[in-house]
Amino acid sequence: MLSQDALKQIDREIAKYPADQKQSAAMAALAIAQMEQGWLSTETIEAVAGYLGMAPVAVYEVASFYNMYDLAPVGKYKITVCTNLPCALSGGVHAADYLKQRLGIGFNETTADGRFTLKEGECMGACGDAPVMLVNNVRMCSFMQPEQIDRLLGECE
Amino acid sequence: MGALGFILNAEEGERGWRLAEYIKRGGYSALKKIVNEKIPADQIVGELKKSSLRGRGGAGFPTGLKWSFMPRQFPGAKYVVCNSDEGEPGTFKDRDILRWNPHMVIEGMIIAGYAMGCARGYNYIHGEIWEIYKRFEEALDEARAARLLGNNILGSDFSFELQAHHGYGAYICGEETALLESIEGKKGQPRFKPPFPASFGLYGKPTTINNTETFASVPYIINEGGDKFLELGKPNNGGTKLFSVSGHVNRPGNFEVPMGTPFKDLLAMAGGMRNGRKLKAVIPGGSSAPVLPADVIMECTLDYDSIAKAGSMLGSGAVIVMDETTCMVKALERLSYFYFEESCGQCTPCREGTGWLYRVVHRIEHGEGRPEDLDLLNSVTDNIMGRTICALGDAASMPVKSFIKHFGAEFEYHIQNRKCLVPEDVQRAGSGFFKAA
Ligand SMILES: Cc1cc2nc3c(=O)[nH]c(=O)nc-3n(C[C@H](O)[C@H](O)[C@H](O)COP(=O)(O)O)c2cc1C
Ligand code: SF4
Ligand code: FES
Repeated sequence: MLSQDALKQIDREIAKYPADQKQSAAMAALAIAQMEQGWLSTETIEAVAGYLGMAPVAVYEVASFYNMYDLAPVGKYKITVCTNLPCALSGGVHAADYLKQRLGIGFNETTADGRFTLKEGECMGACGDAPVMLVNNVRMCSFMQPEQIDRLLGECE
Repeated sequence: MGALGFILNAEEGERGWRLAEYIKRGGYSALKKIVNEKIPADQIVGELKKSSLRGRGGAGFPTGLKWSFMPRQFPGAKYVVCNSDEGEPGTFKDRDILRWNPHMVIEGMIIAGYAMGCARGYNYIHGEIWEIYKRFEEALDEARAARLLGNNILGSDFSFELQAHHGYGAYICGEETALLESIEGKKGQPRFKPPFPASFGLYGKPTTINNTETFASVPYIINEGGDKFLELGKPNNGGTKLFSVSGHVNRPGNFEVPMGTPFKDLLAMAGGMRNGRKLKAVIPGGSSAPVLPADVIMECTLDYDSIAKAGSMLGSGAVIVMDETTCMVKALERLSYFYFEESCGQCTPCREGTGWLYRVVHRIEHGEGRPEDLDLLNSVTDNIMGRTICALGDAASMPVKSFIKHFGAEFEYHIQNRKCLVPEDVQRAGSGFFKAA
């Protein structure tokens, strides 16, 4: 159920670790699987476990421990906004409020058209760029004032 | 960026981080010197000790001493691990180091491998900075292609392999043993210490873990000598240091300055207070460090000793600046939520205690505080501190204790009047988000 391309990427991750420590690639394998499938279903987690020769429950533990894995479907664009204190001092919470109002949803909700999911995030190590937000775990957006937020939403087809 | 510094001296932009540019700036000359002159490991550790370099990850532990704990002669695998899991609120220096100068970290790690007899290393990179992680992998490829990394480095008999491990969103993985668990493909839950990583680390093998900035300081020390590095700073606080300035300043960002620089000067470099407002408080070393009121911090110099004397910690060098528009109860509420959310749940005092701290501060902020709440908060922190596996318990407690100590009157006002001392519209204006409005 994982594509050949995903398996090839996972192989590259496995090669980073000693031959008898394949499970070290579990985090990366889950990230790759999520990138491909959009979220991590039980079947996807089991497929990752099977590929790495791990017990499914061990992989599930990893998937549920780290915040960036999605164990339920999310919109096409998952926007995570940092609201931690350093960001809040420069508008992190206000940026989140603005997004909620623009999208008509709260945190952990998805718009009716399935395009956007909003998440509240913790410090992303980019507090000097506040307000900051992360799109689909990979694209960090800095200095997100209302105008920049409008532009971002416009870009998300 | 810091003209004084050697870590952030790379040119911003698309090329400065690349191998060719790093070499033009003198990069990898420390590694070449070590390999070509076959410098003994003891001499390298000796220079580090002389330099008075203290770990930049938060605890400020002397790096030379840490490296000397590694059983160099121990047969079998040993590891060097870099902690780039920067997640302590307010800290954003390692991201810039990796963005503008990844090869300096790589060179520092290779030298660490040489000095401690390790053949493998990992750099654990914070989940949210995917682009930086990809860049680091590219930098590794460049180093491998140039035979700076891999088997028989620069034609010598020294071999070292280095890989990047990408985190996926868990603050606790910044704690060194949680980080090791995470590389092993498990939940990031801290281990009991002892045994320390130097004897039982990654995959149960001797391991040394240092922060990104710590490794980035190593090539300079080898090139210029430990004494020169020490002279950049002040006694017992060697070198320059990156400070991440966030919050209510005009120009947030990273500033690389000598240890011992007056706080006032750093504030001026960050453009001063936003809109010329009045300074209220500063958290000088990341969210876990005790908060200091304006009059105290204005007298401090930025080094481990001065900040400790003032009752806080230099920590990771994350300087969170708050002006008079800040409601201290709301500020603490957000930090307490963070620790509650990020506790790994292994120890009862931390798991339950962080929940209590958050709920009580939350109810004070929301006008439901009770007269006995400040005593309650203090007693909860007493029950957490020193009773947990890792330092997250203390990290959650210190903000609470210090906010109440220095701004207790504001908390009491909240409890009595069921509202903020700082009016809502003033707080709203403080963030600078609603410019047009
Ligand atoms: C909860 C917690 C979070 C931490 N987060 C980080 C971090 O993000 N980066 C880091 O370098 N050290 C962090 N540390 C400190 C590490 O455990 C470790 O001391 C450090 O990486 C050692 O490197 P150094 O000696 O070069 O400072 C954290 C510690 C704790 C208890
Ligand atoms: S102190 Fe908290 S975060 Fe640290 S091990 Fe215990 S429960 Fe986990
Ligand atoms: S607090 Fe938002 S990135 Fe650090």
